[in-house]
Amino acid sequence: MSKKILIADDEQNIVISIEFLLRREGFAVLVASDGEEALAKVRAERPDLVLLDVMMPKMNGFDVCQALRADPDLSSTRILMLTAKGRDTEVSKGLGLGADGYMTKPFSTKELLAEVRKLLGM
Amino acid sequence: MQATRKLVLAGAAVCLLLLVVVAATAALMLASEADTSGGGRTPEERAVALLVLAMAACALSCWVVYQLHELYLRPPLRMAEELTAALAHSGLRLGEYGADELRVLGQAANQLLALREARENDVAERVREARASLEEERSRLAALMADLSQSVVVCNLDGRVLLYNQRARQELAPAADGNNAELLGLGRSIYTVFDRALIAHALERLQQASSERTDGDSQRLIGSAQFVTATRAGRLLRAHMSPVLGGDGPHHARVGGLSITGFVLVLEDVTNSNERQARRDVLIQSLIEGGRGPLGSIRAAGEMLSDFSDMPQQQRDRFLHVIRDEAGVLSAQFEKAAAAFSNDLRERWLLEEILGGELLAVAARRIGERRSNERRALAVKTENVDEGLWLRVDTFGLLQALHYLAIRLQDEYEVREVRLSLTRSGHLAQFDLSWIGTFMNNETAMSWLQDPMSSGGESLPLSVVDVVERCNGDIWFQRERVSHRAFFRTMLPVAEAPKDLPRSIVAAAEGERPEFYDFDIFLWSAVSHELDDRPLVELSYTVFDTETTGLQPSAGDEIIQIGATRIVNRRLLRQECFDQLVDPRRSLSQQSIAIHGITPELLVGQPAIDVVLPQFHAFCADTVLVGHNAAFDMRFLQLKEKPSGVRFDQPVLDTLLLSAVLHPNQSTHRLEAIAERLGVSVFGRHTALGDAMVTGEVFLKMLPLLAEMGITTLRQAREASQRTYHARLKY
Repeated sequence: MSKKILIADDEQNIVISIEFLLRREGFAVLVASDGEEALAKVRAERPDLVLLDVMMPKMNGFDVCQALRADPDLSSTRILMLTAKGRDTEVSKGLGLGADGYMTKPFSTKELLAEVRKLLGM
Repeated sequence: MQATRKLVLAGAAVCLLLLVVVAATAALMLASEADTSGGGRTPEERAVALLVLAMAACALSCWVVYQLHELYLRPPLRMAEELTAALAHSGLRLGEYGADELRVLGQAANQLLALREARENDVAERVREARASLEEERSRLAALMADLSQSVVVCNLDGRVLLYNQRARQELAPAADGNNAELLGLGRSIYTVFDRALIAHALERLQQASSERTDGDSQRLIGSAQFVTATRAGRLLRAHMSPVLGGDGPHHARVGGLSITGFVLVLEDVTNSNERQARRDVLIQSLIEGGRGPLGSIRAAGEMLSDFSDMPQQQRDRFLHVIRDEAGVLSAQFEKAAAAFSNDLRERWLLEEILGGELLAVAARRIGERRSNERRALAVKTENVDEGLWLRVDTFGLLQALHYLAIRLQDEYEVREVRLSLTRSGHLAQFDLSWIGTFMNNETAMSWLQDPMSSGGESLPLSVVDVVERCNGDIWFQRERVSHRAFFRTMLPVAEAPKDLPRSIVAAAEGERPEFYDFDIFLWSAVSHELDDRPLVELSYTVFDTETTGLQPSAGDEIIQIGATRIVNRRLLRQECFDQLVDPRRSLSQQSIAIHGITPELLVGQPAIDVVLPQFHAFCADTVLVGHNAAFDMRFLQLKEKPSGVRFDQPVLDTLLLSAVLHPNQSTHRLEAIAERLGVSVFGRHTALGDAMVTGEVFLKMLPLLAEMGITTLRQAREASQRTYHARLKY
């Protein structure tokens, strides 16, 4: 069974590429365009990995990350944070809140793919 | 020896005389004895003769004794008096004396007096010289302080201001809400301007930064502390604090092994540079962070397009659309940042504000100067000069560029006359260097503008275009075919007129110190003394006066003007005054207008008393109030305690009462009369500030006179005032 990945980002232009890439690589891809939707989809669909953008409407990536990590049922869900802010303090905040990885835009799609595979143990 | 001889002679003369008298008496007696038988004189006759003789002898000896007294006894007494007088007034000399002995003594004394006078003159001369050089140094200091672009405030350890410059006064001025109460003033507390805890903390850091090393060569490390704080007017100031070192004493503190008597604050307004920096930070941040998203999308889409070239056309179009879309967003962001940043770039060059007309005049003068190798100087005319136009340019570079162009025109195109004009065009200034005649092609003009300039055989690294661009302007060559006029046109942004802080040095009268510093306050210790037992000469005073609508405060008359000045360390601080008109919110009587000359129109728009009194209260902080007939003014102030919310509970001295203390037998104690008695010239009377100034001067003249009467402390002055008759008058 193919691994399920949720892309949570309100920037449609980046979602297009990531979604295309991951589908081509054989993953099952879900998309959420704000924080609340992302949280709901994680609970409903139980994806193996969430690509979580920090700057999102309604609920930001950090809050979503925190909420996910507060739920013991979801502890197996991997979280890879994507952000347009490259400050070190933010990276450490994301990792501190329980994210498994962190990528700063603009990133190389190859690296993203490598990171996704690593987090999914592939 | 001679005196003794004379005395002996005089004594001998008296003895001889008495002997003669006695002998004559004896002879008469004997003769009478002999004549008894033969009749002759009766005993009565003989007695009379004896008596006459005796009286004559007495008279003679009295005369001799008198002469001796006049010659030898009175003159020494006279001499003693004259000497006493001469001791007090060095110009006096002893008179001539009849007796040789005293004459010699007198001459010797006169020589001594002359010697003393010469010494005194010598000392006085040296004192004068020393004072003159001190005065000169003080003036230099004052000029230096006035010239500093930073604010400087020096305080003693109590936080009392000992020195400040004009800039500090302006920078620390309260917000421009019509409040004219001075916060910064000699002897005033710096804590009205800065938070006490802030200064205390800075002093603490000063202590940490300072130390005295005594190992081997003793070395003093004097630290400094910095802090940034906001003024009441909302400006950001960076303060640099360093200690004033001094010897140990009662008003000193040990700081890190050093003894300090106060501190110096150098203040710099960093509001603008801080804002600029913050703006730049925001700009850079927005560029970096704002760019990441779009770049991420473009990169991902690009990679998809190249990595999966087998994708269907529809998918390919979607990626291309993403790229175009995000590139557009990115471009807009760059444009915005570039526009914002260009303003900041300007600040990096040493551009200075100059009045356009002034720049033009200087340029005309430089261009018109005849060079050593030419027969005729280039004629320069200026026309259409917009006088009120300010530019912000690299003046030196721009003048060089203009000169260079004009010289080339003269040398290579034999131009005889150039014209300079400066006009406004929107928010740009149009600056033309024009000439008539010889045709010049565009390529030549371009090369003149773009090649490095050369002047007098020297070539410069910059081109004309470089210089103009540095001034955020543009320059080009243009021709008007109709008029045969060609010109180099420079467009420059118009600058705002600089809000330069005006510099003013108030010339101090001879022997008088400039008023904005007073080092004698170093010796102050404000809190430790009860005011009442403080010597009058040590206190700070606010001398004030009011003008009112009438004489009946209880019947609704109101204050319409308050004027006040300050006395610190026995000096009237003419620069630190309070002068405020007050809207009485009632009509003025013609009678009162005749006295103070304040018409109702002058009071329109002035603040009301409940606004002014708190300001005046702040101005009076920590001082003794002085007024002429102060009871009258105080009555007005007291009636306003409730509405204004401030209480004037400072000690009050009244020059009217003090005058009555000093001259109880004078019939009048009006201010003019007192001023005349004490030799104070009166001008500007019947303005509150003018009267306050006169009152202040009168008060200063009174201080030594009161001291002669033994009145030296505030308590004594108040008690003496209360005892006088006038104190019983109630308004």
